[in-house]
Amino acid sequence: MSDDRIQLPSYLDHVPEVLEYFAEIDQRKVVLSIEHLCREFDSPDSPNGKLVALSDINFEVRRNEFISVIGPSGCGKSTLIRVVAGLEEPSGGIVAVDGVPVTGPGADRGMVFQNYTLFPWLTVRKNVLFGPKMKGLRDDKAMKAADEWLKLVGLTDFAELYPAQLSGGMKQRVAIARALANDPRILLMDEPFGALDAQTRASMQAHLLRIWAAAGVTVLFITHDLDEAIYLSDRIVVLGARPGRILEVIEVPVARPRSPEQFLSGHFLATKKRLEELIHRRENTPNSGGSMHD
Amino acid sequence: MTSQSETSRRTALPSEPLARMLGVRKPLDAQARFWIGVLAFALPFLSWCAISYVPFIWHPQILVEDAGDSKIPGQNNYIAVGDRVDLDVVISRNRDLDAVHARRVTGQRVNPIYLQSPHAVARAMYTAFTTAPERDGDAWLHESLLQSCKVIFWGFFWSAVFGLPLGVLCGTFPFFARLFEPFIDFVRYMPAPVFGALALTVLGLNDAPKITIIFIGTFFQMVLIVSNTTRSVEVSLLQAAQTLGASKRQLVWNVVVPGAVPGLYRDMRILLGWAWTYLVVAELIGEKSGLSAWLYQQQRYRHFDNVYAAIVIIGLVGLITDQFLAVAGRYLFPWETGQTKLVRVIRAMRRALPQRARLAGT
Repeated sequence: MSDDRIQLPSYLDHVPEVLEYFAEIDQRKVVLSIEHLCREFDSPDSPNGKLVALSDINFEVRRNEFISVIGPSGCGKSTLIRVVAGLEEPSGGIVAVDGVPVTGPGADRGMVFQNYTLFPWLTVRKNVLFGPKMKGLRDDKAMKAADEWLKLVGLTDFAELYPAQLSGGMKQRVAIARALANDPRILLMDEPFGALDAQTRASMQAHLLRIWAAAGVTVLFITHDLDEAIYLSDRIVVLGARPGRILEVIEVPVARPRSPEQFLSGHFLATKKRLEELIHRRENTPNSGGSMHD
Repeated sequence: MTSQSETSRRTALPSEPLARMLGVRKPLDAQARFWIGVLAFALPFLSWCAISYVPFIWHPQILVEDAGDSKIPGQNNYIAVGDRVDLDVVISRNRDLDAVHARRVTGQRVNPIYLQSPHAVARAMYTAFTTAPERDGDAWLHESLLQSCKVIFWGFFWSAVFGLPLGVLCGTFPFFARLFEPFIDFVRYMPAPVFGALALTVLGLNDAPKITIIFIGTFFQMVLIVSNTTRSVEVSLLQAAQTLGASKRQLVWNVVVPGAVPGLYRDMRILLGWAWTYLVVAELIGEKSGLSAWLYQQQRYRHFDNVYAAIVIIGLVGLITDQFLAVAGRYLFPWETGQTKLVRVIRAMRRALPQRARLAGT
């Protein structure tokens, strides 16, 4: 029986170059820190009138790091990123960017949403220029910078088109360029490729890795796709549901630069197996909902 | 065998255009759309022609050409040449005349005076403009039309001047929505004409009370419609703008307003139509004026061809204005329609401007 199985390494076994990589990351400055973050909603249906979406979340994101947050639906991963963006207020705890607590939305945390959210009345170029324009930059330099970003996401030829004339993948690339044109401290991405078909999604992941490497930006990425999380991330924060809490933070043992061939590598599969254990065990066992009665 | 019957079935499909056109929620092709659209006007017009020109369809009256022997007494001996008399009246009179072998009443079967034939109305659409008013001092048709347009314009203008900003304010800030909308909802149910007497007393006999009626008729609806349209701007766009660093004021001017403008433009088109419906009421209060006064006069002189002509003209003015606005909208909001001609022209003009002026403009 066991002869048929591939012998996987442990997801905790890091090859030397990956170990070095994480050692180097740990030297970097903390960009985003989340301490004892809680978020509760009033919910007349729950026994105690409260629904705990997030409970005691703690983690840090360092400069240029790519961190994914993954978890079953309803684990509060979208709530988490919206609190970080400042679109929702935490019920307790602190979110800080460069040590400064977040009090509301701001240009230092650029966000890419699942449903594109491009301004339909602006051309692609003007969408990218939106952030700089809000800051009062309206010179040729801002224009040139916008064109550079469009070049990076490969949409130079589409600068004068309107969002309605673009495909889903192109729209999302504009949204990324628009967020990056603002020179944010951290890029927040809330299931950005969730609405795309499989092929487009794969090419967008490759685009994102390239953009991330070229732009040198810190990314906090929400997804429910295990492969996507492993393929893109340095570390993966695994959330459990009800209440949303951190189950484990995994340091992805797959070396960079990444390529789609690695989807079948031992380290990749070992990580995926571990993620599945963490997420699906919680979803399948009915007793895992015991926290409802806590 | 099977393959043959299958091919015949397949070829049979496109040869049934009617079945194709009557598909459930199936879009029509361009040609069918055009011709069915033509039919939309042709069918009512043809029915009108049929009733007017085919003698045995309706024609309930006789236009008397010979009144018969009017010396013969009887219940209906008032019949005179040139009268339009109901058919059964003529039949009963002829029965009386036949009894004493007198000359019968003869004439042509006609429709009542209020049903004018198409050619009479078509002629009137021209002659109504060229015929002087029957009474000195009354307005010509073109003067009346202009007067009506003027009242509509100013009524709608003032209602937009106040209604648009107030509506956008309500749609943007729940505070203002809660402050204004309940009361406006209350006033909205009062029919505009009930303010007629009040408007006359306060504002006198000129155009002011008429403009006020149109204002009242459209303003309150406008605020509610505008605020709803403004609210329909997606919240996610506002959130995206916030994460891009937009301040409160920038949210309003750079997201809410441009996001709502195409919808508001559509609203204004619909509301302009409503303004026309209040026109007649507005013009009949106090001193009658405009098209309504003109129509009222024509009806009194029983010039029903002119009445129809004026009604058609009002319809045409409305249709042409609306179609003009629709076409203009296509150019004004290229992101909704893909019609970028106007934008490209503006861009080319920008490029032609000197560098300094261009920077100030962007």
